[in-house]
Amino acid sequence: MISALWVMVGISLLLGAVLGYSAIKFKVEGNPLVEKIDAVLPQTQCGQCGFPGCKPYAEAIAKGEADINLCPPGGEEGIRKLAELLGVDYKPFGEGAGPRAKAVAFIDENTCIGCTLCLQACPVDAIVGAAKQMHTIIASECTGCELCLAPCPVDCISMMGLPESIQTWKWPYPVYTLAQPKNPTREMPTS
Amino acid sequence: MTEYLLILVSTVLVNNIVLVKILGICPFMGVSKKLETAIGMGAATTFVLTLASGASYLIQHYLLGPDLAYLTTLSFIVVIAGIVQFTEMVIKKTSPELYQILGIYLPLITTNCAVLGIPLLNVQAKHDFMQSLLFGFGGAMGFTLVMILFAGIRERMEGADVPGIFKGSAIAMVTAGLMSLSFMGFSGLVK
Repeated sequence: MISALWVMVGISLLLGAVLGYSAIKFKVEGNPLVEKIDAVLPQTQCGQCGFPGCKPYAEAIAKGEADINLCPPGGEEGIRKLAELLGVDYKPFGEGAGPRAKAVAFIDENTCIGCTLCLQACPVDAIVGAAKQMHTIIASECTGCELCLAPCPVDCISMMGLPESIQTWKWPYPVYTLAQPKNPTREMPTS
Repeated sequence: MTEYLLILVSTVLVNNIVLVKILGICPFMGVSKKLETAIGMGAATTFVLTLASGASYLIQHYLLGPDLAYLTTLSFIVVIAGIVQFTEMVIKKTSPELYQILGIYLPLITTNCAVLGIPLLNVQAKHDFMQSLLFGFGGAMGFTLVMILFAGIRERMEGADVPGIFKGSAIAMVTAGLMSLSFMGFSGLVK
C-alpha cells in the first residue's frame, strides 16, 4: 500500500519536474507588439471593429491587416494612442464608424417572444431572460455594443440614448502618462 | 536482428493498430481530412508512442513489478499524459503552424487508445526494452502509414461525385472498412 503511494508520488514528482523544466526551456514569447496594442484597446470585446474581440483586432493591427480607426469604444483618444504607438499618422473614424452617443439596448417587452437569441449574442451577459420568457436588459451592465440587434427575429430591441444624469455620470477613465524627467541630469546624482 | 525486423513488419502491416486492432479511431477519423495534418499527427503520435513505450517498460519493469501490477494502467496514463504535455510544448515552440492545425487533437493524443493500448500489449506480450521500443515505434509507423493513405483517399474523395446519403462521415467509414479489409491481406505475411 505504502509502496504504491511512493511509486505514484515518485512518478508525479518526476513528471512535474520534467514538465516544469521544459515549460521554461520551450517558452514561447508572444508578439510583444500585440500585447502593447491590446493594452491600448478598451477591452469591451464588442466586435464593432469586425474582429471577434480586442485581442484578434490587436493581432490584425500588428500584422498590418486592419486600420487603427475601427474601434468606436476607444474613441479619438484611442486612435491617437495607437497612432503614437505604431508611429503612423492619426486617422479619423471612417464613415459611420465613429463613436455614437452612449446608448443602451432596450427590449420592447410587448413584442419579445422569448427566443433567447439575444442572450447568446450578448458579450457581457447584460440580458436576463429564459426560453419563452420575456427578456430584459440590465441597463447598468449594457455596453451599447449593438450585437443583440442583429439576431433578434422580431426586431424588438432598439438603442436608447442615455442622457447624462446625476445617476449615470461617471468619472472619465483615468489616462496614465508616464512622467518624463524634464531635466535628465538631475535624475542621476551619482555618476 | 530478424526478430526486430519481424516486430516492425508485423506491427506496421500485419497487426496494424488502426485497421486490424481498431485502436485510435478518433484521430484517424478526425485529423485525416488533409494530408499535411495527417502527417503532422502521425509524427506527433510516433514521438509520443515511442517515448511512452520505453517509459512504460521502465516503469513496469523497475518500479511496479509483479507486486504492484494493479497500478499498471494508472501509472501508464499518468506517464502518457506527461509525455503528451511535453510534446505539445515542443511542437508549440518548433512549429506554431502545426500547433494551430492540430488544435484540440494534440492534447487528445492523451486519450488516443492506441497510445495506451501499445504499452499494455507490451506488458501482455512480455517484451524486453528493445522489443517494447520497436513495438511502439512500429505501431506508430503503422498508424502514420494508415493516416497518410486515408488522408490521400479523402482528399481525392473531396472532388468525387458521392451520392447524397453517403456524403461526409458515412463515406469515410465505408472507406475505412474497405481499407481494413484490404489490410487483412497481409495476415499471411508473417507466420
